[in-house]
Amino acid sequence: MIKKITITLNGKTVSRDMPTHRLLLDLLRDEIGMTGTKEGCGTGDCGACTVFLNGKPVNSCLVLSGELDGADIITIEGLKVGPELHPVQRAFVEDGGAQCGYCTPGMLMMSKALLDENPNPTEEQIRYALSGNLCRCTGYAKIVQAVQDAAAMLRNKTVP
Amino acid sequence: MKRTEPFDMYQPATLEEASRLVKENGPGGRFLAGGTDLVIAMKEKGLLPKYIVDLKRVPGLSGIREISDGGVTLGALTTMYEIEKLPLIKNKYPFLAQSAAEVGSIQIRNRATVGGNMANATPSADTAPALIALGATAKIASAGAEREMLLEEFFKGPGQTVMSADEILTEITIPKTSPRLVGEYIKFSPREMMDLAYVGVAVAYNLGAADKKVTGLRIVLGAVAPTPIRAKRAEAALEGHILTEELADKAGQLAAEEAKPISDVRSSADYRRAMVHAMTKRALLNAAVGPAKSWYDRRERRY
Repeated sequence: MIKKITITLNGKTVSRDMPTHRLLLDLLRDEIGMTGTKEGCGTGDCGACTVFLNGKPVNSCLVLSGELDGADIITIEGLKVGPELHPVQRAFVEDGGAQCGYCTPGMLMMSKALLDENPNPTEEQIRYALSGNLCRCTGYAKIVQAVQDAAAMLRNKTVP
Repeated sequence: MKRTEPFDMYQPATLEEASRLVKENGPGGRFLAGGTDLVIAMKEKGLLPKYIVDLKRVPGLSGIREISDGGVTLGALTTMYEIEKLPLIKNKYPFLAQSAAEVGSIQIRNRATVGGNMANATPSADTAPALIALGATAKIASAGAEREMLLEEFFKGPGQTVMSADEILTEITIPKTSPRLVGEYIKFSPREMMDLAYVGVAVAYNLGAADKKVTGLRIVLGAVAPTPIRAKRAEAALEGHILTEELADKAGQLAAEEAKPISDVRSSADYRRAMVHAMTKRALLNAAVGPAKSWYDRRERRY
């Protein structure tokens, strides 16, 4: 079944005729060509495909296109603030919070979700928020550090 | 990861329409709530529904409402993250909030619904033991008819409930509870929220203010029988007594005898039984102490 769906994607209206059984992840990557969102496990365990759906972080690999008409979606491509990197992006760059980078878009989306809710998280709260995002390159120390630094940047407004 | 095969999908605007769609299209359809079980079953287990009826456009199925007699109603589409975070639930039933927090990642909990957790009837469903321990009831609707029953009687086996194909679980109601109510849910799983429960134990009881006696006790076990079950012999052994470590251990032992676990990839039946004993004892003792303060605290308290 093909359905015309209209969504707001990173603030812009986008319409596509989509088979209802295809995934939000496929709509983003294959139909629209925004490949920042990654597919890891495909079963909601790894968090690489995390996007915001109607303001909440979700696994885009588990969302069917057929339910998306009218949805508001923000992907990693929509995280920048104008031309500037978002503070979580800057902190990941400065702290080396990435190795191969595959998990990074999901880590960044989830970190933003956490900081929107809690501007001053403890290490425990950061690890809890990121427990659905797997990184297989490294430990999580630099990722956790980057989220702490991003939180400090946002609190001190040392960002443009 | 494999993609699902094509299917038709409907988004009805009323319950009547949703129920009628299933009657018209016949067997092989599935209702969709959050999709965190259904879409995974399609991708991993090759489940191919003939059609899907998405319930998220039906008004009135979401949200948490306090009812006038002091109870609380959860719409079937209430998400796990809402149950985990809402102050009303955290204050009144902290162990229910905790059971919702044990379901997958935050990304999953933003989609997974309490109605879906019940209707899928996985024996390890994390919120089922806590809700049964609270004496919750389930409301089920189909075109022109509605019925209500104890959640305890809702499950029939793995993936099986009392509902017929055109019936929809619309809400779950927790009846008024005593201000003396305490409880605990322990999910025993080495991977914590990122894996299914090997054993789930919910306990709820009223703790006497002066006499410290345990009354109205319910002990509910998940993942150790075809459905969530009450450990009634364990409940009876403690009812009306002052909780001691010895009595909690005795109740744990009885609960282990009442469990009917299977051996599978996660655990042997014997190990599950041993963990029912240990976790029931801990849940009973933890409940009297009060809710865990944090994730790390919760993690420590099960061992």
